[in-house]
Amino acid sequence: MKEFKYVITDPEGIHARPAGMLVAEAKKFNSSIKLSKGEKGADCKRIFGVMGLGVKSGEEVLFTIEGDDEDAAYDAVREFMSENL
Amino acid sequence: MKNYQGKAVVRGIAIGKLYVYKKGEQKVKREKITDSDQEVRRYIEARDKASQQLGKLYDKALLEIGDANAEIFQVHQMMLNDDDYNESVVNIIRTQSVNAEYAVASTSDNFSQMFAVMDDDYMRERAADVKDISERVLSILGGHKSDAFKMTEPSIIAADDLAPSETVQLDKDMVLAFVTSRGSVNSHTAILARTMGIPALIGTGIPVEQLVDGTTAAVDGFHGAIYIDPDEEKLKEMRGLQEEDRKRKELLQLIKNKETVTLDGKKIMLYANIGDIKDLALVRQNDAGGIGLFRSEFIYLNHDQYPTEEEQFQIYKTVVETMAGKKVIIRTLDIGADKQCDYFKLKPEENPALGYRAIRICLSRPELFKTQLRALFRASAYGNLAIMYPMITSVWEVQRIKKIAEEVKEELSEQGISYGQPQQGIMIETPAAVMISKELASYVDFFSIGTNDLTQYTLAVDRQNPQLDDFYDPHHPAILKMIQMVVENAHLMGIWAGICGELAADPELTKEFLAMGIDELSVSPGSILPIRKTILETNIESYKKDGNDKAGKTC
Repeated sequence: MKEFKYVITDPEGIHARPAGMLVAEAKKFNSSIKLSKGEKGADCKRIFGVMGLGVKSGEEVLFTIEGDDEDAAYDAVREFMSENL
Repeated sequence: MKNYQGKAVVRGIAIGKLYVYKKGEQKVKREKITDSDQEVRRYIEARDKASQQLGKLYDKALLEIGDANAEIFQVHQMMLNDDDYNESVVNIIRTQSVNAEYAVASTSDNFSQMFAVMDDDYMRERAADVKDISERVLSILGGHKSDAFKMTEPSIIAADDLAPSETVQLDKDMVLAFVTSRGSVNSHTAILARTMGIPALIGTGIPVEQLVDGTTAAVDGFHGAIYIDPDEEKLKEMRGLQEEDRKRKELLQLIKNKETVTLDGKKIMLYANIGDIKDLALVRQNDAGGIGLFRSEFIYLNHDQYPTEEEQFQIYKTVVETMAGKKVIIRTLDIGADKQCDYFKLKPEENPALGYRAIRICLSRPELFKTQLRALFRASAYGNLAIMYPMITSVWEVQRIKKIAEEVKEELSEQGISYGQPQQGIMIETPAAVMISKELASYVDFFSIGTNDLTQYTLAVDRQNPQLDDFYDPHHPAILKMIQMVVENAHLMGIWAGICGELAADPELTKEFLAMGIDELSVSPGSILPIRKTILETNIESYKKDGNDKAGKTC
């Protein structure tokens, strides 16, 4: 299992477009990719779940990645976040 | 002439004919069905068809309004194919034995409700996305056709509100502005207008039903007003504003995402000053090349006891990771003088500006200093971090700091904790440091001149005392000479020099600093683009030839 934290810098937070892109990215991997903000968590492969967290600019989220391709998924999701959010 | 007020989401002026968009609503009836398998198949077919349509809309949007706007249709496709959404529709059909239309409408209500109750304006507005995709499925189930736009000339679109599936049908060249009666700053109309960069007003309450196509109108996106059938005087005023706006926009287009380099090819590190992790968003929006001053004391001021190494490490790591390889210069604790923290239990002083503050506290309380340094060195393994020490007056201070830093590294190595090799620099903010800058330069990797304190200490003017405002003159030749001297000594010893005080963002001095040979300017995020503009327009060599450089002449 791998984890990393990230602070959202996009002024609009995890809004619809990047949420969609994140879901598309997550779906490329077999691993389970979870996103959580405080107590609330969501499956990165389900867009309503990701958007439902309502993550805003300046908030910290935690990614938890687990599965056979977790290393590749970890790198990809991390890169995606720093480029897009 | 009639006018209405709304919220402007994109500033700008548009003058033209109105095109009034009115849409019909779909009504859904709840009907009992007997064959739920058949009804689920009907839903799946309609959903797949809707998904195909969205794919086509995506292709169309990609060509017409670009990648960023087109992606909303991919998002809509994902929403439509989301497991949660589909499970809900199918579940309603099966458990209630009802028609697909009703199941889709109920799911739409439930999911849009989820967004509608969120404590975020943007997310609340996403309820409209759910409704939009659901309407599309309903439309296919019921055999409806959607309304189309039929403009014959570029127009100001007036509508109640617009869904993405409606805005995409718009021929982009035919839109001068959007004006909606309802809607919020986060509605799709607003988002689309922002990317298209055309004026948009929302929530104007214009009576869409009573408006007539082809009426002349003027949209003032600076003051949130729309004038319907404006008189000659108003039209003239609007045309004037439009021309001014055009010139300003040209300028901004020119300089965003551009490298900060002078006409004669000197690259300048143009960085941002920040005082809180929340400011990272601003750093990004304004396209800063890095962070030139991260005031770490906010971490201490936000706590009611000493922040732990781990707490600090997490914050520094987050910042360098978020800046993804760009330089982040973190200044060590600068408490004392005007910044007080109760748990430090600092004694009241006669003369706090000349007192127990910043590095003086750190050197006399090394355990406190080491905690911060450990956190900084650890975080330096995760990105391009540099450490900056404030309030230096003597060489021995820097020697002591370097020794403590070495101890910290040794301890980390012994404990098997990884750390990077951060650049270490000092702030030059006392006249003493200026005078011995050549010696100091041999111990550090960079200088950053703090002009606020340097001015106060050089001119012997307390900057907290409003009575002295007339005497506090950062343009004083003594200050400029000092900056010149620091830059020369830095370059002589092969290190770089920057300015992180308020003076760095003073456009009157930008050319002057460039002529002095300054390598870095660190300014508040909002000043990045204006200062970049000045740098892009400066030719250092010809500026010097014209005999403009004041400090050069007086030195």
